[in-house]
Amino acid sequence: MKINENLAISESGFLFNPSTGESFTVNPIGAEIIEKLKVGKSEEEILNELHDTYEIDKKSLQKDLLDFNQILKQYQLLEQDEETSN
Amino acid sequence: MEKKRYERPHLVKLDTGMPSKAGLRGDSPATTRIDGVQVKELIAKFGSPLFVMSEQTIRSTYQKAFKAFSTRYPKVQFAWSYKTNYLPAVCNVFHQEGSWAEVVSGFEYDKALANGIDPGKIIFNGPGKSAEELKKAAENGSLIHIDHLDELYLLTDLAGEMKRKPLVAIRVNMDTGIYPMWDRFGFNYENGQAWDALNKIMLAGKLELVGLHTHIGTFIMSATPYAVAASKLADLALGLQQKFNHNIRYIDMGGGFASKNTLKGSYLPGADTNPSFDDYAEAITTALVNSGFKPESLPLLILETGRALIDEAGYIITSVIANKRLSTGRRATVIDAGVNLLFTSFWYEHPVTPAQGFSQYREENTLYGPLCMNIDCVRDSINLPLLNKGDSLVIHYTGAYNLTQWMQFITLRPNVVMIDREGNTHLIRESESVNVISGLEKTPDYLKHVK
Repeated sequence: MKINENLAISESGFLFNPSTGESFTVNPIGAEIIEKLKVGKSEEEILNELHDTYEIDKKSLQKDLLDFNQILKQYQLLEQDEETSN
Repeated sequence: MEKKRYERPHLVKLDTGMPSKAGLRGDSPATTRIDGVQVKELIAKFGSPLFVMSEQTIRSTYQKAFKAFSTRYPKVQFAWSYKTNYLPAVCNVFHQEGSWAEVVSGFEYDKALANGIDPGKIIFNGPGKSAEELKKAAENGSLIHIDHLDELYLLTDLAGEMKRKPLVAIRVNMDTGIYPMWDRFGFNYENGQAWDALNKIMLAGKLELVGLHTHIGTFIMSATPYAVAASKLADLALGLQQKFNHNIRYIDMGGGFASKNTLKGSYLPGADTNPSFDDYAEAITTALVNSGFKPESLPLLILETGRALIDEAGYIITSVIANKRLSTGRRATVIDAGVNLLFTSFWYEHPVTPAQGFSQYREENTLYGPLCMNIDCVRDSINLPLLNKGDSLVIHYTGAYNLTQWMQFITLRPNVVMIDREGNTHLIRESESVNVISGLEKTPDYLKHVK
């Protein structure tokens, strides 16, 4: 999963996609995931890092990450080639 | 190192359309306590889902309603509408406050007697009373409100066999300017049916006509129709005075006052827009006082308000079973209380609040119950925080009709508790077990074994 590298994200969770002009709000953990994706971390790495940081069981976290991935896809925030290959 | 509190990752697209003029804040504060008792504690002790009734709210709502009428009219009597909520603990709070009982079946009549209420303070309404039920109520001196001519004839016949004259009123239906007109109950005012029935009672002389009754509809969102109804009943009462020199003892205006709930499809919340008790009281009492009654012969004013007295006192505590995403990307949450417990979710958009603190992030949600039936939707659309499995929610304004119209459908019904004025919690109806249900079922011998 590769995030669109052009995305601009502010500290307060405001996200802008310059290629479509669309804006989003994202909560702190969502922003954290996007930052991790931007630096090229794998889904497995993200899962483990978040599990180490947050009070949540791994299965629920995995389910939520999958759901978040779907949302990123739905809003075309993933790189095109990556998105179509999934 | 201590781990951080978790919240689901959440991303929402910002739409820059025209702002909605009906836009309202969707971030209701969390309901962590009900009458001072922690929701968490209630779940730990009584399970989830759980019905909670607040005694304090019942009493204060009743007192507010009584004050609205009694400060405007000299003789006021409330009669608790059993069909709205007939758990004995709830009924007896109203009876302790001074309410009579208003029942609409032999079953409810027996419940009222079992609650210890004086039979002379039971109003027996409804279109389906049997001969035995009528006889029993009449001999007990209860107030029988006649719904149709067949009942009038039956009761007149029965009266011949009785030691005491049955005390009766007739139910009158009428055009008060609202739709729908409830003409299926009682005798019509405009076409003369009501007057005809009154003539029959007075001329036969076998029944003692003590009152006039109407019930113009339900969830009436304007007070004006009540003024029309009160004027029309006053007109009948004055006609009786003139023609038969007969004074009725009471005028019963029925119920139908709206609670704070929001009807589906409404633009604004019911809590902000529905009439108050003062609005209804002003309309009714002004019409009666301004009618032709002499001040000393004003009849007793009876009110059978149900919903508006109890809705706010009821809560359902429910827990999240699962959250999922629908094919459209829409968020859906499955909770453990469905339409089997919350019949009124077919009518209202019940307020739902989280039972624990959350961040400011909200998402639009569809709330489904646990039933494997498509109809089981508690809220089509509601903004809620980012809920996780196991989180709890509180559904508000559930005190009316749910504990009488709930269904033993697919699953069993849960505990019901009442929180008293000191913050003590009392179990007022135990959760059902499979034995309670199967104990009533009979299986023929040849069907007892399945190979």
